[in-house]
Amino acid sequence: MLSIKNLHVSVEDTEILKGVNLEVKPGEIHAIMGPNGSGKSTFANVLAGREEYEVTDGEVTYLGQDLLDMAPEERAREGVFLAFQYPVEIPGVSTSHFMKTALNAIREHRGEEQLDAMQFLKLAREKMQLIEMDEKFLHRSVNDGFSGGEKKRNEIFQMAVLEPKLAILDETDSGLDIDALRIVANGVNKLRSSDNAFIVVTHYQRLLNYIVPDYVHVLVDGRIVESGDKNLALRLEEQGYDWVKDNDAVTA
Amino acid sequence: MDSEKKDIREWYQTAFADFENSLNGGASLPFHAVRKKAIARFAELGFPSTRNEDWKYTNIAPLLKHQFQPVAEAPDIAAESLAPFLFKGLDADRLVFVNGVYNEALSSVSNLPDGVILDTLENAFTTHADTVTQALGKTVSYEEETFSALNTAFARTGVFLSVPAGVVLERPLYILHVSKTEGREFLAAPRNLFLFGDNSQARLVEGHYNLDGGTSFKNSVTEISVGADALVEHVRIQDESKDAFHFATTQVEQATGSNYTSVAIDLGGSLVRNNLNVHLAEERCEAHLIGFYFGSGRQLIDNHTMIDHAVPNCESNELYKGILDDRAHGVFNGKVMVRPDAQKTNAFQQNQAILLSDDAHIDSKPQLEIFADDVKCSHGATVGELDDESLFYLRARGIGEQEAHAMLRLAFARDIFNYIKIDAVRERLEELVVERFNNKA
Amino acid sequence: MSTENDTVKTPQKSDYDDKFGSAEQQETIEKLTQSDYKWGFTTDIETEVAPKGLNEDTIRFISAKKKEPEFLLEWRLKAFRYWQKMQEPHWPNVNYPPIDYQDAYYYAAPKPKKELKSMDEVDPQLRETFEKLGIPLDEQKRLAGVAVDAVMDSVSVATTFKKELAKHGIIFCSFSDAVQNHPDLIEKYLGSVVPYTDNFFAALNSAVFSDGSFCYIPKGVRCPMELSTYFRINAANTGQFERTLIVAEEGAYVSYLEGCTAPMRDENQLHAAVVEIIAHKDAEVKYSTVQNWYPGDKNGVGGIYNFVTKRGICLEENAKISWTQVETGSAITWKYPSVILKGDNSIGEFYSVALTNNYQQADTGTKMIHLGKNTRSTIISKGISAGKSQNSYRGLVRVSKNADNARNFSQCDSLLIGDKCGAHTFPYLEISNTTAKVEHEATTSKIGEDQIFYLNQRGIDTEDAIGMIVNGYCKEVFMELPMEFAVEARNLLAISLEGSVG
Repeated sequence: MLSIKNLHVSVEDTEILKGVNLEVKPGEIHAIMGPNGSGKSTFANVLAGREEYEVTDGEVTYLGQDLLDMAPEERAREGVFLAFQYPVEIPGVSTSHFMKTALNAIREHRGEEQLDAMQFLKLAREKMQLIEMDEKFLHRSVNDGFSGGEKKRNEIFQMAVLEPKLAILDETDSGLDIDALRIVANGVNKLRSSDNAFIVVTHYQRLLNYIVPDYVHVLVDGRIVESGDKNLALRLEEQGYDWVKDNDAVTA
Repeated sequence: MDSEKKDIREWYQTAFADFENSLNGGASLPFHAVRKKAIARFAELGFPSTRNEDWKYTNIAPLLKHQFQPVAEAPDIAAESLAPFLFKGLDADRLVFVNGVYNEALSSVSNLPDGVILDTLENAFTTHADTVTQALGKTVSYEEETFSALNTAFARTGVFLSVPAGVVLERPLYILHVSKTEGREFLAAPRNLFLFGDNSQARLVEGHYNLDGGTSFKNSVTEISVGADALVEHVRIQDESKDAFHFATTQVEQATGSNYTSVAIDLGGSLVRNNLNVHLAEERCEAHLIGFYFGSGRQLIDNHTMIDHAVPNCESNELYKGILDDRAHGVFNGKVMVRPDAQKTNAFQQNQAILLSDDAHIDSKPQLEIFADDVKCSHGATVGELDDESLFYLRARGIGEQEAHAMLRLAFARDIFNYIKIDAVRERLEELVVERFNNKA
Repeated sequence: MSTENDTVKTPQKSDYDDKFGSAEQQETIEKLTQSDYKWGFTTDIETEVAPKGLNEDTIRFISAKKKEPEFLLEWRLKAFRYWQKMQEPHWPNVNYPPIDYQDAYYYAAPKPKKELKSMDEVDPQLRETFEKLGIPLDEQKRLAGVAVDAVMDSVSVATTFKKELAKHGIIFCSFSDAVQNHPDLIEKYLGSVVPYTDNFFAALNSAVFSDGSFCYIPKGVRCPMELSTYFRINAANTGQFERTLIVAEEGAYVSYLEGCTAPMRDENQLHAAVVEIIAHKDAEVKYSTVQNWYPGDKNGVGGIYNFVTKRGICLEENAKISWTQVETGSAITWKYPSVILKGDNSIGEFYSVALTNNYQQADTGTKMIHLGKNTRSTIISKGISAGKSQNSYRGLVRVSKNADNARNFSQCDSLLIGDKCGAHTFPYLEISNTTAKVEHEATTSKIGEDQIFYLNQRGIDTEDAIGMIVNGYCKEVFMELPMEFAVEARNLLAISLEGSVG
């Protein structure tokens, strides 16, 4: 589904990613872990197409297409979803209007019928229940005045509505209390299928107690220096990142 | 009204001739040619009316009823009489001016770091002729504005301070202006020039006080150049007589990475007009414009500020607060200009006023003029009265009404005083303001 | 009571989302590719004109043509004589070449227009635009100047509404009709809120006004429908010096829509209208405008100078006047709908969206004059500048000495799109009462790249993302508009912003 080869990315002439390789197949969950400043968020954002990140080398193939050649909205319409680390506030635009517009843009791209207001509302209500969110959030402006936890849940709600093929969760666990974390993780687990894949970017192992990854990769200084199964995450939790820092880059 | 203006304009032109004669050697210096141009320009400009947007709320008619006379000599003052204007325990260099005339006996300046020049402008015209000629009038033109023209024409002396690159002035510099009219309606036109070199640091305190009441007209112009990465704190306390006319223009030029803070306190004066203009000429500058005024009786206190964001990545922060009692009239006009290309500007402006009397009046005009798109700018203005709830709360705890009032007013003003870093100055100012509140409560 | 409520229902939040959430609307906007003005067509109409130039004879000519009573002619002449002594105002942030007032015609009675036989004769582009704006077919015909056939007989429709209104004692007619049929009311109220001495353009209007609207709601009557020119077909061509007078007697209510649910066309270079509103005790007047006159082309050539004086007075206690405006047109807009809060407990409101693009200049805002006790005012102004345009908010809040417990809240936000435009905020606060609480907040910001990226990441393209963000930004104002106006306003914003996104 996703094939990343030798990806180099710079921000304002500073190289952040220095040759990342990763293969993701449908049905898999990959966790990307690493210390602060290792390039985790850059990795997540560059896949979504944020402009400030300049790809200086390497290639990314998604469902047989060159992902790097696509505009952010094309990527979204092709099924790439980024749950933002810092979800953006858009005053005056209701969550329902926003999601209906997004969903219909994606449905149109897929050649599916547009949903009218009633159909959308029905769908949205179902998905809201999935992540135990109050329906009133549909009528509130996007993330405007939401608490940190509400914003993160809103991201998962959006993911549930848009049903992406590849979901990238950028530090979705940061700032969540344990109950919210459980709710978010439950939401992710319910959406999991053999057709879609997840990349879970996180600093801590805790989330991985709830979302069990198939693979864990350790990103240090712009390279994946260690890959393994879920036990790798536990070892990182116990021993910290120092022991992996000197490892040479490995191919996942 | 118009004929009155014309008459008084002619009066100043005539007074200029007397002033010239009193200059002795001063009239042969190159600056005198500038004075002459300035008086000519003043004659063309005339005095502004309220039809002029910059003077919309400030009618200067009362000023035009007097014939103020420039003076070359000032009465003697006993050193003890300065005591109320000094700050307990503060080690500061001090320059004292009486009725705008420098008084050496009352001044005290100890050893200054190498290269620092601190002198009267009158002396500096000869001792540092090149520097002064080059810098004076560079940022404040007599061409455009009446009171700057009038100042330039009658500028006899003031303070010249030059701090070289890298030098830190450990002691604050206190510039103390006292007036003693002895029934003589005098005109003073202090002209100050402050040049701060790159990475230098200094703290200035200006005080404007009066000893015997009476009517006077002080019309000052101060030009301040803040070099790259320099840090300047500038406190101005104005407590002139209730019959004084106080006009002050301060123009600040900031270079890369510099930081300028102005704290302006106005308590006295009959008609007060302060123009404070800050030009953020290079990137990464920070400017803080802080002000407090308390007006009672029939005082008119007008603060005009202008912050000109000419380049990207600068930050300005402005907070003016005022309390108005009796028939006092406050004017706040704060303009924030963000020029094209001045991206990443952060500009915040707040002005708050409290009216204590039904006859008090405030005109507030905060303005944003923005020509760049990647900016964060906001302004807020509030006008109201002391919070009834708070007042009740204090009284319910047994505090008398008058004292509760004074407490709340001080609380309102304290935000401003906290910007003054010199403890002795802040403490004295608080005392002064509390005194004033209690007299008025 | 309940049925009346239905007709004047203001949008609820949930209505809003459903009503405006349609992707079809977004889609239609997407399809529009050019940012030229869609309504700039010319129609040759034969007119009976007054001689060129402005003098007392012209005014006598106009007044005679209109068979006006003596008091009105006298009033016009007084206004003219006063105007001659005035100087044209020049605002620091509005620039335009001098207007030659002698080089214009001040009276052009429209003769019956050449009528088009059917919609097929109408410019297809114009039709397309009407459709995009969601204007009903009958309305489209009327706007395009098509003779309205059996589908909708304009006269009978107008009559139907007139009958309904007459049942309630409501007078709603052209200004000229009112002068003939209700001269007492005109004499009583004309110039009572905006005297001819008020300003240069108000004086000019008073001297030469051609026509306009008159609306009178009797005591205790709640007008059962929104009043707009839609219902007042015979006064569609009111010319450049329009005069509107609205009087709401004790306890009356009316919601008045200026223009109609479609863009107004106006080929006049100078448009100097005057609107006066009088609200008596417990009366409420809600006045909504969507202004979309020709803004000039992309290079700033042409376009309307829109210099308008709008003012209402809350004459007695508990009166309320609410102005809502969406200004997207005109080369220059100069307009400050104001409220004089004379009656105790009266309320003034001003909600405004002003969008400027290309070389447009807008200088707009309000004046809230608090005279009575416990008076309240709210100002919400949303400026949007794009292209090389200049957008200014200029507003005054005055609390006079006797206006105890006056409250004002003002919020003036500016949004910048691109780095060649300017946003200016000039609030004036003049407060003379200790018990006043006046708060003013203003912000200026740009559309965040992070917001656009966020919407992109959910599959929404950049143009739609900007439309969505701008509409969200204006939501507080759109909420105040009657539903169909709000839909149109939303679409107009999107269309006006075309080509502004690089």
